[in-house]
Amino acid sequence: MITLNELKCSFPARSENESFARTMVCAFAAQLDPTVEELADLRTAVSEAVTNAVVHGYRGKENGIITVTVRLLPNRVVYVRIADKGCGIADIEQAMTPLYSSAPAEERAGLGFTVMQSFTDTLSVRSSVGAGTVITMRKRLQNADEISAGRS
Amino acid sequence: MVELKEEPQRLTAYLSGELDHHRVREIREAVDYVVQEQMPPVVILDFRRVTFMDSSGVGLIMGRSRVLSAYGGVLEIHNPSPQIRKVLRLSGADRLAVIRNYADRTGKEPEHDYAQ
Repeated sequence: MITLNELKCSFPARSENESFARTMVCAFAAQLDPTVEELADLRTAVSEAVTNAVVHGYRGKENGIITVTVRLLPNRVVYVRIADKGCGIADIEQAMTPLYSSAPAEERAGLGFTVMQSFTDTLSVRSSVGAGTVITMRKRLQNADEISAGRS
Repeated sequence: MVELKEEPQRLTAYLSGELDHHRVREIREAVDYVVQEQMPPVVILDFRRVTFMDSSGVGLIMGRSRVLSAYGGVLEIHNPSPQIRKVLRLSGADRLAVIRNYADRTGKEPEHDYAQ
């Protein structure tokens, strides 16, 4: 796989860093000159993945480390990988069910994976209990011709 | 962060900044404090100064909808941005609350004056 550019960043699983992580990914992806809507989709999807790592992966343990990798791939594809070494997900299918939340008392809507799926083109979830979770998402950005065709 | 405006029949919460997991707790606590004490018939969450919202904001809306329906209150969401509308639509939260657009998000709108 040819990678045109890459960013890798690790930070502790503190909720303050959720904002930093989504902003960082969008700042890097801005090199591809995405539309406002594409950038908003990416920002929201990354926010969900990082929040999941903070809330569920590490369950509020702030010394856990989250690693975010962003790659710009050919054909205007943005690849984002969010990895934690937290508790892992025992039942991925259940976790991905819309409105299911393992933390309903905290008023989690249970829509994190639904948002990630809807706002990107591909989503993959790999997890093992006790070892952690790796989320990868890809989003292909429209090129100038597609954007102008969409407008007409 | 959150600014509350109390009127006889309604409570308006003017939210601002980025509404994510980190931020929702203080908003929830501030709104619920007044709601539980006064049980206003209408509670308005005004999003005009909210620049970003993820599903944590949906949790906030779902939770307030539950609190209000317990005593017959009505929840309204005012002035969400296109990004926020998209998240609301996807989550179905747009069916839990009346959504209204008054402000152009940059200027003033006549009914509520943010500065007051």
